[in-house]
Parts: sequence; C-alpha cells; structure tokens
Amino acid sequence: MSGLFPFTAIVGQEEMKLALQIAVVDPSVGGVLVFGDRGTGKSTTIRALAGLLPRMKAVVGCPYGCDPAGMAGICERCHGGAKPKSELVPVPVVDLPLGATEDRVVGALDLERALAQGVKAFEPGLLARAHRGFLYIDEVNLLEDHLVDVLLDVAASGENVVEREGLSVRHPARFVLIGSGNPEEGELRPQLLDRFGLSVEVRTPGDIPTRVEVVKRRDAFERDPEGFRTRWAKEDDRLRKRITAARTRLPQVEVPDAMLERAAQLCLKLGTDGLRGELTLMRAARAFASLEGDRCVTDAHLRRVAPSALRHRLRRNPLDDAGSGTRVDRALQEVFG
Amino acid sequence: MNAPAAPGPGALAALAARLFCVDPAGTGVHLRALPGPARDAWLAATRAMLGEGTPVRRVPVTIPDGRLLGGLDLAATLAAGRPVAERGVLADADGGVVVLAMAERLPTGTAARIAAVMDAGHVMVERDGLALSAPARVGVVALDEGVEPDERPPAVLADRLAFLLDLATVRASEVLGGCAPSDIAQARARLPGVTASDDMVGGLCAAAVALGVDSMRAPLAALRVARAAAALAGRDTVTAEDAGIAAQLVFAPRATRLPAPPEAESEPPQDSPPEDTPPQPQDASAPDSDDPEDLKKSLDEDQELLIDAVKAVLPEDVLAQLAAGLSRRQPSRSRGRAGELCAGSLRGRPAGVRRGDPKAGARLDLLETLRAAAPWQRLRPRAPGSQARIAVRREDFRVSRMRQHSATTTIFVVDASGSSALHRLAEAKGAVELMLAECYVRRDSVAMVAFRGRKAEVLLPPTRSLVRAKRSLAGLAGGGGTPLADAMDAARLLADAVRRKGDSAVVVFLTDGRANVTKAGEGDRAQAEADALASARVLRAEGVNALLVDTSPRPQAAARTMAEAMGARYLPLPHADSRTLTGAVRAASLAG
Repeated sequence: MSGLFPFTAIVGQEEMKLALQIAVVDPSVGGVLVFGDRGTGKSTTIRALAGLLPRMKAVVGCPYGCDPAGMAGICERCHGGAKPKSELVPVPVVDLPLGATEDRVVGALDLERALAQGVKAFEPGLLARAHRGFLYIDEVNLLEDHLVDVLLDVAASGENVVEREGLSVRHPARFVLIGSGNPEEGELRPQLLDRFGLSVEVRTPGDIPTRVEVVKRRDAFERDPEGFRTRWAKEDDRLRKRITAARTRLPQVEVPDAMLERAAQLCLKLGTDGLRGELTLMRAARAFASLEGDRCVTDAHLRRVAPSALRHRLRRNPLDDAGSGTRVDRALQEVFG
Repeated sequence: MNAPAAPGPGALAALAARLFCVDPAGTGVHLRALPGPARDAWLAATRAMLGEGTPVRRVPVTIPDGRLLGGLDLAATLAAGRPVAERGVLADADGGVVVLAMAERLPTGTAARIAAVMDAGHVMVERDGLALSAPARVGVVALDEGVEPDERPPAVLADRLAFLLDLATVRASEVLGGCAPSDIAQARARLPGVTASDDMVGGLCAAAVALGVDSMRAPLAALRVARAAAALAGRDTVTAEDAGIAAQLVFAPRATRLPAPPEAESEPPQDSPPEDTPPQPQDASAPDSDDPEDLKKSLDEDQELLIDAVKAVLPEDVLAQLAAGLSRRQPSRSRGRAGELCAGSLRGRPAGVRRGDPKAGARLDLLETLRAAAPWQRLRPRAPGSQARIAVRREDFRVSRMRQHSATTTIFVVDASGSSALHRLAEAKGAVELMLAECYVRRDSVAMVAFRGRKAEVLLPPTRSLVRAKRSLAGLAGGGGTPLADAMDAARLLADAVRRKGDSAVVVFLTDGRANVTKAGEGDRAQAEADALASARVLRAEGVNALLVDTSPRPQAAARTMAEAMGARYLPLPHADSRTLTGAVRAASLAG
C-alpha cells in the first residue's frame, strides 16, 4: 500500500470528518455510515483515520488486544492470573475486503498448527483484530448476506461466538462499524442501517477552487507520499491532541435536561423508531461539545449533529420527495425556530 | 497556444493506447467495441508496446473470487499436506495489464473487488483460512461489448478508468502501429519527474465542471494522462497541448453538457430527471468572492482552450445534442435484464458455494468439498483396511448456490377513455396479442388493466393464455373520462402481487397522461392531476419498473411529467402501429 493519506489534508467533507471524530471520541455512538457519490474520498478519509488515532494500552501478547484496565469483557486468556504487562499499540482499523470468507471474518481452526502439531488451536479472525478499534467495510451494500448477519450479531452483542470445526470459542469483539458505499449500487438492509449511529451523505464538491485543491493534494500525495505526510504531520498532531483532550473531557460534559427535552421533541417530530435515535443524538452532541472544548451541551451542538444522527432513522414516506436530510432540516427549523 | 487539431476517433484510440502503456496502473481503458479487427488491432498494438516482459492476463467474466484474488491451491495443498496459497490473476499481473472480457456483463461485486485492488495497488485476501497480501499494480482494460446504451460495465469500475474509447467507427488500420517499446520505457522513466503547473490543474478542473463531468476521479485521471502525454513527448512539464489531449481523451466521452456561450444569459433547461441533474453550472464569469482574480482569469483561458479541444473531437450528433441542452442519455440505474435475480434458489446459474448438506435438492459441489477436505488428510485417521484415498467428512460438504432469472410479467395499463382515440385502443390490443405470442416462447406472462369512465379494472390477470387474453380484450370498449390515478394504483397492486410471487414486473402505460377523474371518481381536472401525480410518486418509491408510451397524436408535457413522477421511461409514439409498439416495449423491458 502506498501509505495513508493524512486525515487533515482531506479537502472539505466536514460532516464526514466530524462524524468520524465523534466516533473516535465516543465509540458508544455506534458506527458511521458514509453514503454518497463516487470519487469523493470516502475510503481515503476513513482509512486516513488510522493515522490519527492515539495509541492505546493493551495486554502484551493478547491476540484480542485486551484493555489491561478494563476487567469487564476481556478474553479468557487475560482473565484471572497475575496483573498483565501492557504495551502501547496502535488502535486497529481493520479493512474487511469484499470477498472475505466467513472463516476469516469470525476466525477458524488454525490449519498450520493443526497439521504440523496436531493441536486444535483457534486462529482469530478479522473480528478479533478489530476489537477495541474500527472495522471498515467499503461498498458495504455489496457485502454478502451471510456476512452481514454475522456482523450484525457480533456488533449487537460485543462478543464473537465461534462454533465450528469442533471449536467452541468466545472472545470479546467490540468495534466501531464504519461502512461506505454508493446508494446506486443497492440499498442497505434496514437492520444494518439501524446499527450505524451516524450516517453521512457526501457529495462531489461543486465549486472549482475546492475541486482544484482536491486534485492538487491528491496528486502531490501520489507523487511523494512521504513528503506529503511530513508536511501534514503537524496538522494531524494537533487534531490528535484535540481528540485526546476531548476523550478525557467527555465524562465531565454535562447534558442539561432542557437539551434532553429538545432531542426528544426532535425525534418525536421526525417520528423516528425507538429510542436509539435520541440516545445517539445525545451521545453525539456530547462528543461534539467535548471536541469543541465545551463543558455543556447546547442547542448549537444538537443542531450540528442532528442530521447525521437521525437521517437514516426516518420512516420512508413515499409521498415525500424531499431527501431525508431536508426533512431533518425542516424539523430542526420547527423545533429550534 | 492553440487548441490541438481535431484527431479522428481512430487517431485518438491509438493515442490512448500509447498513453495507457506509459502509465497503465494510473489510467485504465474502457474499450467499447464489438469483437472485430479494430479491437484486435488495438489490443495487439497495446501488447506490442508494453513489451516482452510485461504480463497481460485475460479475465473471464465468470471468474470466481478464488482465481481473481487468490485462495487455497487445491493440488498443492493435497500434495504438501498443508495449506498452500495460490495467487490470483490480479497478483499475477502485477506491473502489467488485465483484460476484462465482456465487462458489460461483469457482476458488480467482482467489479468492486477489482476497483478496490486498483485503488490500493495490492491484493488483500482473507479467505479459505488464508490471509495474503500481494502487490498488484495493474492496468485495467475493460472490453465492453454492450450494444444497448444501458449495457455498460458497472459504474464502480467505469468511473476509475481514464480512457473511454468507442471503436464503432474505427478501422483496424487506423490503430495499428504506435511506437516502439523502448520509447514507452523511456517515457515511463521520465514520468515521475513530470510536473504540472497549478494553472494546468486548475484549468482541467474548471473544464471538467464546465462540461458537466461530475466525478472527482475524472480531473485526477486527466492530470495523469496529461503527465503521461508530456512524458511521451519527452517533456518535463505539462503543456497546454498535453492538457488538451487529456481533455479530449478523458472529458469528451464523459461530457454531459456544453458551457453556455458567453452572450447567452440563461442556461437551457436540463432534461434529465431531478436526481440526475449535475450541480448547477459554474459559470466561469460568475462572481466568486474567495477566488483570487488572477487565478480565475488564467483558469478562464485554460478552460476555454480545453473546452475547444473537447468540442473538436465530439461527434456531430453528440455536440448538437449537448448544445441543445439535452444531456446525453444516462444509463439507467437498474441493471435487471430479463428479470431480477433471485438468489438461493435451486435452479439457475451457479453463484458460489456454501457449507451445508446436499439435501432438499441442493447440489454437492465436489471440487469445493475436496478443497475443504484437502488440508485435513494427514490428520484424519483411516479405518484399517480402508481403500479410501481421501477422507471426506460431513463438515467438508459444500453445496452450490444457484440463482436464476425470474419470469417477467408485463402489465399493460391501457387508457380507454374518450381522450385516447379509439384507434389507439385497437393498436394497444394488437400489441398485447403480439407480446403474448412472444411471451409464450419466453415463459413470460402478460396482464392488462384498462381504465375509462370512473375507475380502472383489471381486465386480464397475469396469464400466458393467448385465448383467454383475446377473449377479454375483445370485450374492451372505449369512451368516458380518464381515471389515471386509479389506474396507477391498480397497476401498482398488480405489480406488487407479481413480485410477491417472486417474478418481476414491467408496467407499460399507454396513455396521453391527461387525467380528469379523481380517485374518488369525480370529474375535477386539477384534483385528478394531483391525485395521479401522487399515485405516480408511490409507484416510483416502490421501484416499479415502468414505461409510459405517450399515445396522443401530438406529444405534450402532461404525459412526460407523469412519466418523470413515476420514474418511468417516456416514449412518445404518435404514429405507432401495434408492431412498432411491441418492439418499443420489448426494448424497454429488456433494458430494464
């Protein structure tokens, strides 16, 4: 691979970048879905995220990268025993390639060891590698159905249960699902749609200066990836610090009751199903406030994250031609005035 | 600087071949041509220029993922007694070219995999218990043998290919020759050092916007092409000529409009349906506050030159079409052909394998079963005295998944009101009968809804029976109001029922689109039109595949608006007889 494009060098696409940052600050927001035009840098931006993440502490030698501090939800190997040694590792951003087979996703019997030593050992799959990190699915709407089922199950339970080839293994697999795709290739199943906390629509930039800048930066990167990254390293560092600060600040950010009420009003107005919408809206607003350095969630924060948090939860109205984004905007107007 | 002279399509194709050879992985070719001497000559010339050592691999359209990306090598695994990986075609072609045969039939999933490899420059495999990564910097040549406008390679792939060449009017002699492999090698060596000024980049971007080329990949591809052109010409900087070549090769086939001439104030109305409308044209002379003046000025000049270059190579008819403000016909979204695909059935074409027992009619895939069993052979104890060479267990069983094309039901919705003259009705009847005769051969069925007076009625439920159809058609009389909304609802319900059965439905409206009876059955033209539009939107939202044939002697806006609202193809046929009508319907339902 020619290396990662620096996250901060992505021109425009603010909503997508913000949604990804929110997911980093508070993974409990749920995944991020990026849908939109071809060639808008969806994959580039998401992959760039890997270069932005602060390192995390993990138990040395643990195949799942368990958190030495968090005792709940760690794998059997790290459970019990002496206080484990820990090391700093990069947060995993795992690419789920199209055409991956189920055994590689959930994990399977380790063939090498089985054949050479006759040992029945479990070889962790992509879900294990993505634990505590991000699982990225490009062209998520082209993913095969049986894989979607597996992903849904694991994403919901935070645990991967493998029952195959005479193995019976369970291990933690909590990850942030990030999907991207082009709606023209096919719709996403509603169940999977609902799993994503935030949904972003990206469009091709229409104004010439932006387009020129996109082409220039991409070109500069392709010709000299190393040099380009060095030039943007400072900017990336700054953002990384901001994210780290936002993470530490997050527990202290307050959500006033008035804001909870506003969120409820908004969801009511839009007729979103269930409470997931409100919950995500609140969490995203809190993470955004934290990123902004604020201690208290305000109207402004809610407004900014509402489209991403709600647009994919609207019930489809065949008689309303307006896009879901417009409908959220309309409701925002009515609630916030 | 002058705009480059206008080369013919043959010269352009030959030029594209040379530039592709200079930077295969950075560009890519979408070659639209039927098999023939011109295409063979183009491929031969390209191969010759690439030189001896460059791998060129041909990828058949039905290639399984294991061969495309890599997977478990069955023979080697059995021999070695441990899993042995096999490289896929893409990894094999690293540094060379893959030729995708019949790319217009390529499944979107396969295309997306190839596109991912093009983006990353390496293959990442996670399958069959293997995790591999292999470099695969490949140039892609997609051979597109499509005839209909909708028969095209999946957009996910086409968007990434810089050159779009149509060899329909090109003779083999025009693309023969080219340059020596040594020239190509020299240009390749020069390529990394070729620079492009900011003005050039800006000009290319501005020209792309002005020509209605939406994708951001197009200007990037154009820049790479311009650089390759400079390298081939032995220059270290991109000149206006190189940029012009790039615009001709990359933008011209993708142009969806021409910039309005400076004196014309208003843009001609766009003809495409709303969601396909490109962003509003960035008029170069529009005031733009955050744009520095000098940059804009030079952009203007470069852009003019590039647009002239593009105009020079556009065929007359396309040019006229674009100038008239008609956007070039965009391929429609659905790629369904005879019927939508339904997976998981027991009949049809094979579509991969899955674990499972060969029961309930599922077929065992012997090869995949052996492949699954292969790595385990050493571990599995044989019963003493057993002659079996291979121990296959139940968990190794793999069964084929199939998918088949479902049958199509064509639903005719015929306007029998007074406003549609009676002779149109006779034609519609004739068309239904002709379709029916054909459908019998294709195992498809036909249904018919007629509407007149106060409401619509299902005259003929989905059937293949010619006799029955003729009988119910004979009883159809004309005259009365036009309850279009009711007819649409009836058609939607019928289409829904057909789909529930697992078949796909095509709805064909034969009407002039002038509704004058409301849903409630009252004669109120304004309300009737509003009702009809609402019903049309529901049809669209449900994704019903529809065609609207405008039967009025002088086609008017009403029917067109209706067709747009329901997402249907619009087909004005003022002087059609039943035979041409049948032809049109068949073409529409085939193209999906």
